[in-house]
Amino acid sequence: MLRARNLWWLVVLAAFGVFPLVVTNPTYTTIAVFTVIYMACASSWNMFSGYSGYIALGSAAFYGTGAYTMALLSIHLHMAPGAAMFWLVPLGGLVAMVFAVPIGWIALRVRRHTFVVITIAIFFIFQLSAINFGFTGGTSGLNLPFITWGYQYYNVPFYYVGLGLVIVATTLSALVRRSRFGMQLLAIRDDEDRALGLGVRTHAVKVTGFTLSAFAVGSAGALYAMFVGQIYPQFVYDPMFDVSIALMTFLGGLGTLSGPLLGALLLEASQQYLTIQFSNGSLYLILFGALFLIVIMFMPQGIVVALRDRVTRRAERERAAVSANEAPLVHDVPRDVAVGGAG
Amino acid sequence: MNAIALLSAAKDGVLTGSVYALMATGLTLVFGVMDIINIAQGILVILGAYLSYALQVHWHIDLFVGLLITTPTMFIVGVVIERAFIGRLKGPEKTAMSILVTYAVSLLIEGALNMIFSVNDVQLQASYVSKSFAIGQVHFGFIYVAGFILAAVLLGSLYVMLYRTRFGMSVRASLADQASAALVGIDVRRVSTITFGIGVAVTAAGGMIYGATNSFNASSSYDLISRLLTIIVLGGMGSLGGAMLAGIAMVFIGDVVGVVWSPVWSTMAYFVVLVLVLLWRPQGLFGRASARVA
Repeated sequence: MLRARNLWWLVVLAAFGVFPLVVTNPTYTTIAVFTVIYMACASSWNMFSGYSGYIALGSAAFYGTGAYTMALLSIHLHMAPGAAMFWLVPLGGLVAMVFAVPIGWIALRVRRHTFVVITIAIFFIFQLSAINFGFTGGTSGLNLPFITWGYQYYNVPFYYVGLGLVIVATTLSALVRRSRFGMQLLAIRDDEDRALGLGVRTHAVKVTGFTLSAFAVGSAGALYAMFVGQIYPQFVYDPMFDVSIALMTFLGGLGTLSGPLLGALLLEASQQYLTIQFSNGSLYLILFGALFLIVIMFMPQGIVVALRDRVTRRAERERAAVSANEAPLVHDVPRDVAVGGAG
Repeated sequence: MNAIALLSAAKDGVLTGSVYALMATGLTLVFGVMDIINIAQGILVILGAYLSYALQVHWHIDLFVGLLITTPTMFIVGVVIERAFIGRLKGPEKTAMSILVTYAVSLLIEGALNMIFSVNDVQLQASYVSKSFAIGQVHFGFIYVAGFILAAVLLGSLYVMLYRTRFGMSVRASLADQASAALVGIDVRRVSTITFGIGVAVTAAGGMIYGATNSFNASSSYDLISRLLTIIVLGGMGSLGGAMLAGIAMVFIGDVVGVVWSPVWSTMAYFVVLVLVLLWRPQGLFGRASARVA
């Protein structure tokens, strides 16, 4: 069964791989670039917040830091506009990780509810710094070296680098979940005091998870900065950013591997599409809020878990009907439900 | 940088800070009794401000008289939100879910306000809004003084209600221990609904003063809610006195830094102080250490 599942991942990956070859309309490939950026962020956010249960609402601090790393370095190193700038994408992620260590060390000293608020406060410190310090260009922002790739194909390299980030984030998330370290994060989610009592060094584990999750978010911010060509503090340090990726993850399934990817794919793609179609931000807010409410009230565990539950129930009914015959699917599924559930 | 400026900063801290304290009290009360973090408090303050605005522009009702209408309205809004969404949340993840649910509610209201009132900034106007008087060299804006008096009166009556009435006793009992409160016959469900209603009702007065002293639109709620949240965390979640002190401290720190250094850094200084205080006391100034585990 495990092999069939891996096959699924490969099919989906192949579909994403050929997407810009099939759909060449720049309007849609632009949507695709934003979608992969958010998929990488949601997957990475879930690796810490989904597994540990510590909901962070300040990841935009890392996104913005990655974006400013890209902007400042490409400007001050006088980089030639072009593909070489992609090297700064992982660097943006590393710089975000460097910032994440002290932030995590401070913010994770407190328990969950206070943690949420502290991450918001830290986010605002970053946003206000970007607005107030001189080297960031303040509210007038920064212009990156102007890339002159043709309009028709401009999006494609960004799409593939973004897809690479999605693969990195998801692989990391999968590895973490199977590792002893991932088990420790899940133990913290389920009962932190007991985990501590059983010898899990909770603070170190949490800070490590928090720092790891900053990498893809920072890289995505750097990629975003390079893609749009100019950045402003209020857009790269955006309070809606964290709400969006939290919603994406909740919609798909908090703590599951595929949930954040699915949620980001559905939400970001539809948001970009609606923005292009209607250009009415207020209507979008209402739709977004309503959808958010419906998901939380009726599918608190997300689409992935809700679907798996259905599959499991059906399989159990069949198994009951065919008496106690071995049904391999059932062995595979409940383990994931147990891990992904109670999120 | 002189004594007058510092005195003036202290005055602003007390006057403006008390209004923030009033808005934050609603938040901390709801957290204390229900374990609910109401992210929508920011947009509800803005809704309160827009209600005052609509009453004044369309029916020429004075801002302070209008409170007699907007306060009960906001109470009902709170009760509806609690009955429709918050009250349905259960289980160990209730608090985390409440953050998301109230955020969703907040987005809904923000979208609706943008559609009704547009995104252009407005400010509440009245003959007394821009008037001030001076004691020595320190100037007092009428609206700030009125806001302080209003906040003091409302916080005072909230105190009397909580500590001198039978209902207040059941609120405090629910605050201390929900299960035991239910065991001695308190209708915790009803207490929760009314508490949430009261927590939201204070946004009518808070919003009116906010709207008269700042120009605002629906997106001002982000700045507001971040301030309100940090106030209750700084004061210690669930502590009413803590919210008071932290509200005043927030404005005071901001203004002093604005006078001594530069206004650009005033907001940031407060956030830095917040982080430093929490390093020293993770439970906040008046919070009980690990009173509520996770």
